Amino acid sequence: MESLEQIKTRAEAAVPGAKIDVVPNPGPAQQSSLLIDNEHAPAVARFLRIDPALRLDFCSNVTGVDWLDRTVKKTTKVKKLVDGEEKEVAETSEERIPGYLEAVYHLYSMTHKHGAVVIRMRTADRAEGARLPSLTPVWRSAELQEREIFDLYGIRFEGHPDLRRILMWDEFVDHPMRKDYREPDDYEYEPTPHDDVLERAKQHYAPRPQLDGAEPITATDSHG
Amino acid sequence: MSEQIDEALRRELQRQGVWVTSMQELYNWGRKNSIWPLQFGLACCAIEMIATAASRYDIARFGGEVFRPSPRQADLMIVAGTVTKKMAPQIVRLYNQMPDPKYVISMGACAISGGPFKEGYNVLKGIDRYIPVDVYIPGCPPRPEALLHAFMELQRKIDSQKLTGADKAEHLDPAEPSEFPVPAFGKHDLEPPANRDVFHPPNIERT
Repeated sequence: MESLEQIKTRAEAAVPGAKIDVVPNPGPAQQSSLLIDNEHAPAVARFLRIDPALRLDFCSNVTGVDWLDRTVKKTTKVKKLVDGEEKEVAETSEERIPGYLEAVYHLYSMTHKHGAVVIRMRTADRAEGARLPSLTPVWRSAELQEREIFDLYGIRFEGHPDLRRILMWDEFVDHPMRKDYREPDDYEYEPTPHDDVLERAKQHYAPRPQLDGAEPITATDSHG
Repeated sequence: MSEQIDEALRRELQRQGVWVTSMQELYNWGRKNSIWPLQFGLACCAIEMIATAASRYDIARFGGEVFRPSPRQADLMIVAGTVTKKMAPQIVRLYNQMPDPKYVISMGACAISGGPFKEGYNVLKGIDRYIPVDVYIPGCPPRPEALLHAFMELQRKIDSQKLTGADKAEHLDPAEPSEFPVPAFGKHDLEPPANRDVFHPPNIERT
């Protein structure tokens, strides 16, 4: 199979205006991926599917990722005049990357028996109602998994034929797999409370003012 | 029974071919040997429950082979597996639809407390938050022998239930509720998260 750079070049030529980045994976898996801009994603996806050399006709897996705001430290070597002498000095700059939500698609080809090609799409921000184009019209197998991402991460897929919650009930408002999700505080009884469970358990202990001092411990509303 | 006739005399009479019994004994003997479970399963515990019903373990030896597809005809609810919060209202509704007397076996770690998924966002931390449970079987999943053991424990319980008097069985007391409120789907959790009339968690002793 072609390298990701070759796929990127051909896809950008086939879909005018498309902007594709290769996201390198420095880990042991070495499974780098293609980041596709949201506007042209359906067209690029269709190209990946019908191109005779690629024929990525099987979308095996769709997942979501929640990226929080983060700062990345970059070290660059700059030549500077120090005490009248030119020296190489390492300068660190901090780059602040705002958070976003991501949908990751794993594609294989049943025809050519190759894969996986990983493609990604990113939302503009982590706000409620963050949007991405749906790739269900291209790969039917993405339908339930895009619903699951909508349910657990809150990404709205535009063009999805039936975007409803799939694991949680319809009345539910949170998105449990997001990193800022706070589970309901229905602590009742834990035979061996430990760590953060112990901390939460303490809020539910009955106050013992004669032993613990004047301030009684009161339960707090976790969604207050 | 023992109030009316001496146990030794009764055994002696039985040896002579005279069988003396009471209405309560006869009634409970019939009930405990024809416990019809409700036919439903929730997770991997259900596979063990099916194995219990199949020929190798053969729950028919205890009169429990008639798995009923309708709650109207069932005596026993075997909660076999993980109860998700989305499924919990349906479980309570099925329990409410069963006629008295009815019994519940909480099978496996998940049905008891949520088990390995206790802190999961969509897992109920034990079915005893909403309905009363008669027998708990630990295990993940419990083996068929364990389910048979729970079944025999339930038979013992039924056998010991009184039909009259102050300590008569719960289902004969009109004041005892036989239906429990079905929890509603809330914005963040089931509402209420537990039925306080049914669920009594133990107090933690802290030092």
